[in-house]
Amino acid sequence: MTEADMTEAEMAGEYEDGNALAGPLREIFAVDVTAAVGQCVSCGLIGPIAILRVYRRAPGAVARCPSCDAVLLRLVRGPSATWLDLKGIVSLQIPLPVAE
Amino acid sequence: MARAAVPGRLSAGRRLEWHVGQLADYRDETPTARTLVLDVPDWPGHLAGQHVDVRLTAPDGYSTERSYSLAAPADDGRLQLTVQRVPDGEVSPYLTGVFSAGNPLEIRGPVGGWFVWRPAEPGPVLLVAGGSGIVPLMAMIRTRRAANSQARFRLVYSVRTPGDLYYATELGHPPPGDDGVDVSYVFTRATPEDWPVPPRRIQVDDLHAEGFSAHVQPACFVCGPTAFVEVVANMLVGLGYDPSRVKTERFGPTGG
Repeated sequence: MTEADMTEAEMAGEYEDGNALAGPLREIFAVDVTAAVGQCVSCGLIGPIAILRVYRRAPGAVARCPSCDAVLLRLVRGPSATWLDLKGIVSLQIPLPVAE
Repeated sequence: MARAAVPGRLSAGRRLEWHVGQLADYRDETPTARTLVLDVPDWPGHLAGQHVDVRLTAPDGYSTERSYSLAAPADDGRLQLTVQRVPDGEVSPYLTGVFSAGNPLEIRGPVGGWFVWRPAEPGPVLLVAGGSGIVPLMAMIRTRRAANSQARFRLVYSVRTPGDLYYATELGHPPPGDDGVDVSYVFTRATPEDWPVPPRRIQVDDLHAEGFSAHVQPACFVCGPTAFVEVVANMLVGLGYDPSRVKTERFGPTGG
């Protein structure tokens, strides 16, 4: 996505953060992914999904790097499927619950 | 059953499902904000700071979802959400005005495993709230009390006017379990009578306090509108707080 593709909400800086993706992501993953630590393909920033800048006025959610603004994640929920694009993230380190 | 601290499970290994809750009770916090007390059968428990997704469906099948922070630890399957009415919003005017005792509401959660405080953590903990950003931070204070935690807490609560304070009685006349929770206020549009300073925005000095300075590296939780969170997080990092210990949650533009 280029600057020209940014929606009005994105240009106005109206964003939430990755915490807002917790519900939509828990719909498809069995663990909380917002606490997972990833690395930005573009600038190398390492941090949890929860700190990404999330724009939800698009048809779906677009999550950008808080440091360099690169698109890291896109999530679109359809009636019978969810599309998840993670191509801006090098890898995810996902905390797993320790057996009690 | 007594109010019990719910063990910190994130209910891993199970995908999220919608539950149907019912309104058991409500309390008006301000003329435009209402705490909903909901009975939700089979609630798995939650951590302070987590939120839920709420879904409303119209008779014609149109449905819409919103996220709301949980305001308190679960009490025997009973949840509390505080909802701010957003003028012209799609969901909040219903939840704060029309939604009545016995009415059902679809809820899924808890969700969010990052902006959370666990009673096993020793503290100190610095909480900074902007407006309705107080809700998940109040859940942390109430969870601390329910767990008999001795962690030192400090809350800095920025609101427009005294009438906009949520949980005013509970914060102003804290129960005994809240010894060790220090609360201070910033009023941005109108102050109480005899308030020592005129209305103003939060500033660096408001964040300073004995025992919570950057060198003791408290766990920091900042919640509020996006611009407020940006300003406060930048102040904290500028003061030398460890960025990895400054956790933020922003309210977005999703329109109530």
